[in-house]
Amino acid sequence: MIDFLTLTIEAAIKAALMILSLLTGFAYTTLLERRFIARIQQRVGPNRAGPWGLLQPAADGIKVIFKEDIIPNGADKVIFTLAPALTAIPALIILAVVPLGGDVNVFGYRTSLALTSTNVGVLYILAVTSISVYGITLAGWSSANKYAMLGGLRSTAQMISYELAMGLSILAPVMVVGSMSLADIIDAQKNVWLVVYQPIAGLIFIITMYAETNRAPFDLPEAEQELTAGFHTEYSGMKFAAFYMAEYMKMIGVSVIAATLFFGGYRLFGLENLLGGWMGPVILIGKVMLSLLLFVWIRATLPRFRYDRLMDFGWKVLLPIALANAAITAVLVVLDPWWYRLI
Amino acid sequence: MTITPITIAFFIMAAFTLGGSLGVVTNRNLFHAALYLVLALFGVAGLFVLLEAPFLAAVQVLVYVGAIAVLITITIMVTRRIMGVTESVNRQWPLAAGVSAIMAITLGFVVLDRFAGKLPVAAVPGDNIVRLGEALVNYDAYLVPFEVASVLLLAAMIGAIVVARE
Repeated sequence: MIDFLTLTIEAAIKAALMILSLLTGFAYTTLLERRFIARIQQRVGPNRAGPWGLLQPAADGIKVIFKEDIIPNGADKVIFTLAPALTAIPALIILAVVPLGGDVNVFGYRTSLALTSTNVGVLYILAVTSISVYGITLAGWSSANKYAMLGGLRSTAQMISYELAMGLSILAPVMVVGSMSLADIIDAQKNVWLVVYQPIAGLIFIITMYAETNRAPFDLPEAEQELTAGFHTEYSGMKFAAFYMAEYMKMIGVSVIAATLFFGGYRLFGLENLLGGWMGPVILIGKVMLSLLLFVWIRATLPRFRYDRLMDFGWKVLLPIALANAAITAVLVVLDPWWYRLI
Repeated sequence: MTITPITIAFFIMAAFTLGGSLGVVTNRNLFHAALYLVLALFGVAGLFVLLEAPFLAAVQVLVYVGAIAVLITITIMVTRRIMGVTESVNRQWPLAAGVSAIMAITLGFVVLDRFAGKLPVAAVPGDNIVRLGEALVNYDAYLVPFEVASVLLLAAMIGAIVVARE
């Protein structure tokens, strides 16, 4: 019973820390996005709240909390309230199986920097991404607003279409490593990153992760010209903020997963063992920062896809390439030719 | 029976499953019924976790919650008329009741016949996923059912494409 209690407390502390860091990450990703886009567009960006605008997220938070919370008359009240929560929960739990570092000592207690380790980590990630469409669908349906409804439907169709290619691109590293555990996948990248073995799968994963997070150039669910604000047209106050929170936390989540699957995770030429293992999370944060900057850069650079082109691209380009890549990888893993192990 | 955290978790998951199923058949709002179905499917995934079958739990969420239930939800969303239906049974209910009763009796008989008095079953030793994968390609285990199911799915897929083309 004592053992069970220790494990529970350890898991609770780790979960609380993970949620706290995701929320902090979300707050400062918004600032990063606004400042970086401003820099690209030759503007200044928010710089008044605190030094370099560092208190801007806090100011935004206070503002949003005191906004009026509106529920439209025709809305399905229960589902309308549930939808923002259902959008945020998958974004909060997706990193539960990802190792964020090796083993470290905390006040003499040795523990690993992962919330939990399971041998089906990759499947867990796919399962959580597949349920994240519910929040947006329900928000669109329950608002009793045609723009919201269309935005919700579009988003659902988009996420389902791109999930297939994403799943197939994740399959390739799983086959190369021979394990669905994320810890094994990171250990296999001690010397060479998997993106070297699987450049096509890596590229497809990066493209689909933009579609899964509904970010530019795949941000059709909230295309202003056609849909006002898409699925969150009728939302205000904290519920509105919850959708943004989910979007930014998902950006962080998929960045961590991309780094883990294709770019060595928390490892970087053995540097992760410095400072008693505490260098691992720092390296991972660095990789995630680079990925977030790429997210913002792409948003500032590329125009939005047209809807039919988006579906065509997903079904007629990404899916066949991902399928062929998975088939070729399977054959190569079985045959194991000498040149395949060299690269 | 001793109450352990596992037992409590089991009862919570069982309540999700049964409560969700009840919600599906009693709710008049079709969209709410579909959401109750999602709850029931999640309960089943939780039961798989308690049975130390994380692979089945993840697949349950991925396939049933993430794909099938999403399709049901979208179908309801794009079918405006369906939402106006107020009666919860149609004219074919005696037939449906008969089929359901036969299914329930058959399944109940199989479960009671095979598993009654034999619980709890010990956990499968070794790596579940490796053993499952080997069982699916082993001629003495499940190779034939696996291939038959694959052919069935392929036929359904081609059929769907043919129907969509016409």
